[in-house]
Amino acid sequence: MKEVLRRLKGRNKLAYYSFILLIILYLTAVFADFISPYPYTLQNRHLSYSPPTRIHFKETNGKFHLRPFVYQSYLKNPVHREYVEDKSKPYFIHLFPRGPEHKILGFIPTNQYLLGVKPPAVLYLFGADLYGRDIFSRILQGARVSLSIGLIGVSISFFLGLLIGGISGYFGGKLDTFLMRLTELVMVFPGFYLMLALRATFPTTLSSIQVYLMIIIILSFIGWASLARIIRGMVLSLREEDYILAARSVGAGSFRIILRHILPNTLSYTITAATLSIPGYILGESALSLLGLGIQEPQSSWGNMLAAAIGNLQVVTHFTWVLVPGFFIFITVMAFNFLGDGLRDIFDPKTW
Amino acid sequence: MWRPDPSILMLRYIYRRLLHLIPLIIGMTFISFLIIQLAPGDYFTRMAMNPEINPATIAQLRQEFALDRPLIVQYFRWVFNICHLNFGVSFTYHIPVIFIIKGRVLNTLVLSVSVMILTWLISVPLGIFAALKENRPPDRILSGLAFVGISIPSFFLALLLLCFSAKSGWFPIGGVTSIGYEELSALGKFGDRIHHLVLPTLVLVICSFGGLFRIMRGNFLENLRAPYVTPARAKGLSEKKVIYKHILRNSINPLITIFGYELSGLLSGVALVEIILSWPGLGRLMLEAVMTQDLYVVMASLLVGGVLLILGNLVADILLAFADPRIRYR
Repeated sequence: MKEVLRRLKGRNKLAYYSFILLIILYLTAVFADFISPYPYTLQNRHLSYSPPTRIHFKETNGKFHLRPFVYQSYLKNPVHREYVEDKSKPYFIHLFPRGPEHKILGFIPTNQYLLGVKPPAVLYLFGADLYGRDIFSRILQGARVSLSIGLIGVSISFFLGLLIGGISGYFGGKLDTFLMRLTELVMVFPGFYLMLALRATFPTTLSSIQVYLMIIIILSFIGWASLARIIRGMVLSLREEDYILAARSVGAGSFRIILRHILPNTLSYTITAATLSIPGYILGESALSLLGLGIQEPQSSWGNMLAAAIGNLQVVTHFTWVLVPGFFIFITVMAFNFLGDGLRDIFDPKTW
Repeated sequence: MWRPDPSILMLRYIYRRLLHLIPLIIGMTFISFLIIQLAPGDYFTRMAMNPEINPATIAQLRQEFALDRPLIVQYFRWVFNICHLNFGVSFTYHIPVIFIIKGRVLNTLVLSVSVMILTWLISVPLGIFAALKENRPPDRILSGLAFVGISIPSFFLALLLLCFSAKSGWFPIGGVTSIGYEELSALGKFGDRIHHLVLPTLVLVICSFGGLFRIMRGNFLENLRAPYVTPARAKGLSEKKVIYKHILRNSINPLITIFGYELSGLLSGVALVEIILSWPGLGRLMLEAVMTQDLYVVMASLLVGGVLLILGNLVADILLAFADPRIRYR
């Protein structure tokens, strides 16, 4: 692991920084409750679609503060949802303010947050949505769903892909033909259509945990086939190697050979393939939630936050900040792509 | 040595490819049917909740659609009907599915084909250009752009461009034609359609050009260093001829193979963009059908989506056989 990171840093700086960015993203998702200034379900109806809170250093009378502050904003024109700042009193941004009780990592109870301002002012870094909820807090909460689904989905697909690809490639013959026909059947449909059809097999109303599991099941069902084919290809070439013959001649069983000798040798390729396929899961979840078929309100995910913009031109043009979650999807996908590319570079024996 | 006539070889190759499709298509119908059978309830369960509808009417409707028969009977009945292009009746619109789906498929095809053509026209020359300028600023910039294109989610880009075009008013949003379409001249009609096509095409071309560009660039670089290039140069061919006659032809072939793989992603992307930019295509139809549990429409959309993919792959294989004689002899 250390060796891989070192080589990544030397060969491909971009991939290395992407890796660091991903770690930061995952950490913020883990500590979302603490970092987000407000609970993600907190509604402030009087702040519906209020723009991102501006952070000032200089008051209108020219007085400069080293400590950033915000102004309270109020609705000036309810028809167009125009907000103006009340410049009479600055509200300083506090570090570790106290708020409603919550639990860090689910078990450390605390009432402190990372940043905040005293009410009635609010600190809405990315603005508010229709119900006046803080988009920044919702993005952090949504990151938990969007980022974890990628990892869990890819692990399940991988398990299936390794198992089926390994068996198929190692035993060959009729079994191989049958299993490969099976993968073809999954791959014969365009992914999005298959995803919608599979969604139709589940009830429309599910609890949030059930929806989460459902999305993972759907995405893994679509994803395992291509991985199984890649792994089968590698196993086919590996099983002819001398060391496999050696293992067999000392009496190792087929499954032992597959699990202990063949699959570990495909690891560098499979890790690369996994990294490059995670974006597909993140995008799949986002697309489902975006269309209202995935994560439901009031739960947040990057996809369902964008749903506010669908089919509502008014919102897209006037309250552009509702698109911020899409930007997060974009950079996450890009980071995974860069990292995957970098891994491919260093694992490819041709380039050593 | 006797060599068969090339055109016969080609026909034989196409024939074999077609035969290969049969089990795939049978499997496809089976899977489509199975998936939809797994769906909880059907359209009538929802209808049954409506107290204004007589249960006897529902029972009669169920019988009409053969929903009260065993699964296997339903399946064969469905396949038999499909062979006669009868996809059943939409529960929501009360007209045969084929009438709804025909226009939608056409719209999806128009969008996909224009995206495909534009993507190729853009990424192949740019790939060559970048490969010739390897590691110099133009290559760096293009490769960076390609990476952005690969990574940006199509739905996000669609929303961004939607926002842009709503603000600038450059492109119409949604639909295939404007409201006053019928009064336009023939040329005006064509122009109107193209105008509506621009936005969704733009989104999809940006999203799909990156992949093709990177492969083209990679292939070209590989072939640039291939051993056959040296003798070509040594016998005094101009650099232009070396590049366009030798290297280009060799680096395009793998691209055609990739075409088949990319198609699945393209169709998925088209479906999503259709939904966001209100382009009345197959993807949009399927979403509506899933939401209203309109069974026959869902099945038909899934099936037609699969058929589009299979046909695309078939075209790719045939093109490849034309471009690369080695394949025909296999």
